[in-house]
Amino acid sequence: MNPLVPMIASTVVAATPLIYAALGETVVERSGVLNLGIEGMMLIGAVSGFAATRASGSDTVGFLAAASAGMALSLVFGFLTLNLQTNQVATGLALTLFGIGLSAFVGHDLAGLPVDRLEPIHIPLLTAIPVVGDLLFHYDIMVYLSVVLYLAVLWFLSKSRMGLTLRAIGESPHVAHAIGKPVLTTRYLAVLFGGAMAGIAGAYLSLVQTPMWVEGMSAGKGWIALALVVFGTWKPTRVVIGAYLFGGVTQFQLFAQGFGLPVPTEFLSMLPYAATIIVLVIICRDPKTILLNQPASLGHSFHSAA
Amino acid sequence: MFRLERRATPSSTMSIVSPLLAASAMLITGFLLFSFLGKDPIEAFYLFFIKPLSSTYGIGELLLKTTPLLLCGLGLALGFRANVWNIGAEGQLTMGAIAGGGVALWFGESDSSLAMPLMLLAGILGGMAWAAIPAFLRTRFNTNEILVTLMLVYISQLVLSWLVHGPWRDPQGQNYPQSQGFGDAETMDVLISGTRVTWGIVYALGLAIIAWVFSQKTFAGFRMQVAGLAPAAAAYAGFSEKRNIWIALLLCGGAAGLAGICEVAGPIGRMQQEISPGYGFAAIIVAWIGRLHPIGVIFGALLMSLLYLGGESAQMGMGLPSAITGLFQGLLLFYLLAADLFITFRLKRVVAAPENKTPQMATKLEKAA
Amino acid sequence: MNPSRTLKSLRLGVATGLIAMLPAVTFAAEPLKVAFVYLGPRGDGGWTQQHDMGRLGLEKAMGDKIKTTFVENVPETADSERVFRQLASDGYKLIFATSFGYMEPLQKVAKLFPDVKFEHVNGFKTAKNIVVYEPRFEEGFYLIGTIAGQMTKSNTLGFIGSFPIPSVIRNIDSMTLGAQAVNPKVKTKAIWVNTWYDPGKERQAADTLIAQGADNVAQNTDSPASIQAAQEKGTYAFSIDADMSSFGKKAQLSGTTEDWSGYYIAETKKVLDGTWTGERHTRWGLKEGMVVMAPLNPAIPPEAVKVFEDKKAKLISGELKPFAGPIKDNTGKELVAAGAQMDDKTFNSLSSYVEGIDGSVPK
Repeated sequence: MNPLVPMIASTVVAATPLIYAALGETVVERSGVLNLGIEGMMLIGAVSGFAATRASGSDTVGFLAAASAGMALSLVFGFLTLNLQTNQVATGLALTLFGIGLSAFVGHDLAGLPVDRLEPIHIPLLTAIPVVGDLLFHYDIMVYLSVVLYLAVLWFLSKSRMGLTLRAIGESPHVAHAIGKPVLTTRYLAVLFGGAMAGIAGAYLSLVQTPMWVEGMSAGKGWIALALVVFGTWKPTRVVIGAYLFGGVTQFQLFAQGFGLPVPTEFLSMLPYAATIIVLVIICRDPKTILLNQPASLGHSFHSAA
Repeated sequence: MFRLERRATPSSTMSIVSPLLAASAMLITGFLLFSFLGKDPIEAFYLFFIKPLSSTYGIGELLLKTTPLLLCGLGLALGFRANVWNIGAEGQLTMGAIAGGGVALWFGESDSSLAMPLMLLAGILGGMAWAAIPAFLRTRFNTNEILVTLMLVYISQLVLSWLVHGPWRDPQGQNYPQSQGFGDAETMDVLISGTRVTWGIVYALGLAIIAWVFSQKTFAGFRMQVAGLAPAAAAYAGFSEKRNIWIALLLCGGAAGLAGICEVAGPIGRMQQEISPGYGFAAIIVAWIGRLHPIGVIFGALLMSLLYLGGESAQMGMGLPSAITGLFQGLLLFYLLAADLFITFRLKRVVAAPENKTPQMATKLEKAA
Repeated sequence: MNPSRTLKSLRLGVATGLIAMLPAVTFAAEPLKVAFVYLGPRGDGGWTQQHDMGRLGLEKAMGDKIKTTFVENVPETADSERVFRQLASDGYKLIFATSFGYMEPLQKVAKLFPDVKFEHVNGFKTAKNIVVYEPRFEEGFYLIGTIAGQMTKSNTLGFIGSFPIPSVIRNIDSMTLGAQAVNPKVKTKAIWVNTWYDPGKERQAADTLIAQGADNVAQNTDSPASIQAAQEKGTYAFSIDADMSSFGKKAQLSGTTEDWSGYYIAETKKVLDGTWTGERHTRWGLKEGMVVMAPLNPAIPPEAVKVFEDKKAKLISGELKPFAGPIKDNTGKELVAAGAQMDDKTFNSLSSYVEGIDGSVPK
């Protein structure tokens, strides 16, 4: 059996939750807010999506519940950082701690229970095509929706009016405020969007990738998503490429192990992380790239009366 | 209607009152939370905050856990003030432990008086070297340090894993993933008998004093603060941004590295796979609770330590699930961060504003835009 | 008979009887405090969950003679020493440490609390008040190999390893030996994920093994990810620690699980009776009921089941030992001579793959 196709398929499934979370955070950071609480929101989304799907029998309900739960948690973050002017870095980390604890608490009785996996789609003729069918037309719906999400975010940030406003706010919130742009509202909406996406990413883990709930099941993916936003220099296309790069290199190192490659497995495991750094170095060599892309007000609190 | 209004100068009264505000909010929430769970709130608070400190050993454990949090927190505070986002203190801690541990293993059972100083130095240098990577990549290649430092955390942990599973594995240890135990001269002495407190806390407190002097009293410290607050102004004044980035990351890496070697040469006493329960990340919160001020960071570190110990104690004493302690910690941190609001802002009552020039200005600008 | 003497002896008899009853009365009044220290959360669906079920079984059996507590998510850092110390200070007299990484802290704390009894799973250092206990995992994995060897069509087995420590190496080796005993053509591929628990990574590893032809996958990691992978791809898998069949009814052929309650009850009784001794190294397996095979999947044909049952019986009776010679490692070097048993030293520190396993053990 040709191993390449299942390897690529596996990479796609591994990259999808990263894409949701990272694209969400990209929008958040473009508005000038740094939310380090992705891991906490993903876990809340995972447990909510799992519980809702079990209760209702519908994955749609599950993903919607996950998005709502992620939004609810990000609302707390938004209130603290946008209204109460708390430091974004610390608040995000506190959010992670809180989210991990809350999800574990809520999910206590759900551990070890099964749920029906979100099945991959079957398009009548297309899926049956020998290699291409499996490669392109045999994923679950959320994979395809992630493509839609990518296109939507890309269009939003580069072409839409609100997206331009958001970016302006991310670069110079005081100027934007002076000309009457709703800084706080925009940032709030961005934060909520990020929360919803992180929640969906978490639900993808508990409903598709490994359908179950266990405490801490995201095992650090939230942090990788965060890194991917930076890796992508806050541009959606690069963020998505980064997600596939990371998933792909991980897959590759596992593959190499299965072949009995005589390299210590720890070094193979380092590959995805090292690859990410190296590629980023190459991308950012041109100082204009990074200076033009990091939102200038990222991480700084904004107050209109300042 | 209330409105937040920035104060002309930060209120020093509120600086002191705000933690108390947070504490009160936490008491009320905690009361409600524990009652909801059917647990006695008074007992819960006792277990969380009093019991861990009720013995010499307990206070020793508090100081022991404060050490790495304080060391990392100080370095991070310096870095954050200089606008350097080091998320990877955990990796620098690990590298410091590896470097220092390597020296310890090289000395073996020798009782040379050079062993400990060299180990500590190696730990500091190891952490610095690891932090030099993001410093170099940022100053030379404009690579954002958030990603580099974070990725290096994972890499450092894998290096440690490789070492304890392979080259540094104890030959007498039945192939367990740990090194042989450090010799007596290679293990830090206990300062207070009956506890596990070592010189680490002294180094940490000493560093806090030095950091305070450095940032408040020296020109170099002033430079770094300005560079962080207003990079353009700093550049204009001739303060080199690059130099500040290097200094910030190297100092941070060195402090974290020292934390690492103190941990493995102190309470652990050998190289093994798990050496830190996430001190490098927790220290980020510590730095901010301490408002990036060295003395504040001391209190932040003590509080964070207490939260860890309290969570354990609540589990052992009343069977509280470990999930609750995470929740509790997150909540308390939220309150602490939120309460600081009143230092920089005050609440003002707003009565319906009479018509004045401002709305007209805004309309004019909009028309022009 | 002199009435006053009778009365005297009667009084003496009653007094003696009362005094003799005192210890029993004292013990009955004060329950024995037993503590459990867990590396992960109770709801992990695997290792820790099974220990907690053992604890619950202990509670059920011993009633109010004991009082148990547990601490979850105790990392193997410097913190674990404090937890053990605190438990000992709080009057817990029997403490079960359920992960191998607690070994060194236990050594330190045990010295300070000579009257507290410590039980350490998967360790190797004992003391006057520390004993070590471990399941004979290799029996379970041998049987997994027996089934896999008969059910495989590709003659390739897969193994997802956490860390290359001796107990895990023993598992992959005995699985391979068990499979080769019924199907000499079997080969095994191993992937190490360098973690005990990461469902995403385990899933990717399982997908990789399946893609490389392994139609029977076993694991030494904690999540049911590989069962799910096999269920989707239509291949087979084996669970570990807990019965994970609810995650893949068609895929899971069986698995090796632990039932700790028997051991916990026996040790607790020893403490209550005063017959507990230190410095023991207990290894229990199928015979004692510590290793329990998960129910067999109905898809396994009756002849294969028969071979399985037969081997199982022989393992229980001691007639069959997984590491009986001749065994060569995969570089051709002899590990165990023909007709001999693997010696303790090699067994305890095993770090070589047997023939048929690709690659070499990560150094």
